[in-house]
Amino acid sequence: MGLPPGAEPVPSSSSGSRGRGSRMFGGRGILISSASTIVFFALIALVVALAPGSSLVAERFFDPYHLNRSLFGTVTTPSVVGAFVLNIKMFLIAEVFILILALVVAIVRGIPGPVFFPFRAVAVGYTDLFRGVPLILVLYMIGFGLPGLGLKYFSSQSEVTYGVLALVLVYSAYVAEVYRAGIDSVHESQTAAARSLGLSRWQAMRFVVLPQAIRRVIPPLLNDFIGLQKDTALISVLGPIEAARAANIYAAEQFNYGSFVIAAFLFIIVTIPLARFTDRLIERDQRRRRAGAAL
Amino acid sequence: MRKLLVVIASLVLLAGCAEEPSNQPSSSGGGGAGDKDPCAAKSLPTVAKKTLTVATDKPAFPPWFQGSPKAWSGYEGEVASEVAKRLELPIEWVVEPFNKAYAPGPKDWDFDINQVTITEERDRAIDFSDSYYDNSQGVLGLKETPVAEAKSISDLKDHQFGAQVGTTSLAFINSTIQPSAEVKVFDTTNDAVSALKNSQIDALVTDVPTTVYLRDLVVKNSLVIGQYAPTEQFGMVFEEDNPLVQCVNEALDEMSSDGTLEKLEQKFLQDYLQIPTLE
Repeated sequence: MGLPPGAEPVPSSSSGSRGRGSRMFGGRGILISSASTIVFFALIALVVALAPGSSLVAERFFDPYHLNRSLFGTVTTPSVVGAFVLNIKMFLIAEVFILILALVVAIVRGIPGPVFFPFRAVAVGYTDLFRGVPLILVLYMIGFGLPGLGLKYFSSQSEVTYGVLALVLVYSAYVAEVYRAGIDSVHESQTAAARSLGLSRWQAMRFVVLPQAIRRVIPPLLNDFIGLQKDTALISVLGPIEAARAANIYAAEQFNYGSFVIAAFLFIIVTIPLARFTDRLIERDQRRRRAGAAL
Repeated sequence: MRKLLVVIASLVLLAGCAEEPSNQPSSSGGGGAGDKDPCAAKSLPTVAKKTLTVATDKPAFPPWFQGSPKAWSGYEGEVASEVAKRLELPIEWVVEPFNKAYAPGPKDWDFDINQVTITEERDRAIDFSDSYYDNSQGVLGLKETPVAEAKSISDLKDHQFGAQVGTTSLAFINSTIQPSAEVKVFDTTNDAVSALKNSQIDALVTDVPTTVYLRDLVVKNSLVIGQYAPTEQFGMVFEEDNPLVQCVNEALDEMSSDGTLEKLEQKFLQDYLQIPTLE
């Protein structure tokens, strides 16, 4: 029996989202897939273990002493897990604002009629601008620019507020495009039918188009939020101590990168459930569509 | 199955091959140590043949570094050049981000000189040369702000502090000042300076020469609130077990006993000695 790539398990596992071997290729399949999994990871482990610098890397990245100390912090270094709470907070707050602002932008962009041209132009300009500028530059401009202006209210916010503002501005531009794709994917006949039933343009959008559009774009939306969750780390350039920064402080003081491993782990245990959830939604959507096609 | 075995065997072989070249420099270094004078220019185990490759971060700040990045002057620039001169080698400058200086694996420089404070924890990961400068922490604030009135460490407690990530200034704030508000930590001194100018932080802590440099040339209307007695020493960073450390230490030792270090301090750092000390 040849296990190497190209055998059954590879295509089936790459077809992805479901990945439940048992249902797909029976008892023998499980055996093959687990054997190939073991061999695959054993090979990687072997190569890593035999690399000339492996003991050094193990000490510099995976020393349990440093993993533990960075996780809970020391007198002079903040706790990475404590700092991670800030990431979660920023993520949750930004997410709410992004969902709202992006929807507004997407809808404005779709309003027909010459009178509304300036609004459409602003919406297009906004998405072009903020999708084109790297987040870190937006962070600098808002985080150091707004306070520098010396305005009464806008210049005296905390760095976390500026950071969340930058996240909202940049991510809303992406998410607006996702919404727009969803809205465009709803066939025009739906709007026409709704209008012929006496709904206003707005009502047709609100009750007929958006419910279908949003349902379709939930997976890509969640995908963007996984990105958002990670990008909260960039706010550290403005001064707040979030998980990646806390890890950096520890690493620089102890000359050990174990803290980065800890921070990475924290991000992963939040994003993996989100990713699996996205997979399940995609799967459900596909099932539904297949069922629809069978009619 | 046989195919698989072949794959494994070749991978093992590959890993085995990879091991050899990286061992070479250290073994040739060991050979050098066996000679009569291990620190003679010919037998020095430098990364590049017959050249002393020295790294520092970018941007590099006065008074530590001045002039052109190809031939740094400034205190650290000239200390390194003087070391090279005494080892009878030409010096070549390269850029190395601070965070990468302690990464595992072979380096492409002989040592890194970048105001790195010697600590026991850091010494476990890399090797330090002997100290070439005794450093104290300086506190920079804006004139006519409440923090400017501070006379002692305890007066500083209730102010918002900022520092650059990775510096012992940050550790100093947390362990000695112990402020009530969480310190704001920035990627670079430049960012911390922006925050100070915007009043996002009340005071910025750096090593004293940098504090004075910032006061005189970077931040208008600023003053040095005080310095905290020297408790730290700067050392050059070497890859662990690099035999070159002894030779550099010998050179530094000479430079200290014949007054070269003091002369360089007077040349580049003398303005920085007349600052009030914080109790």
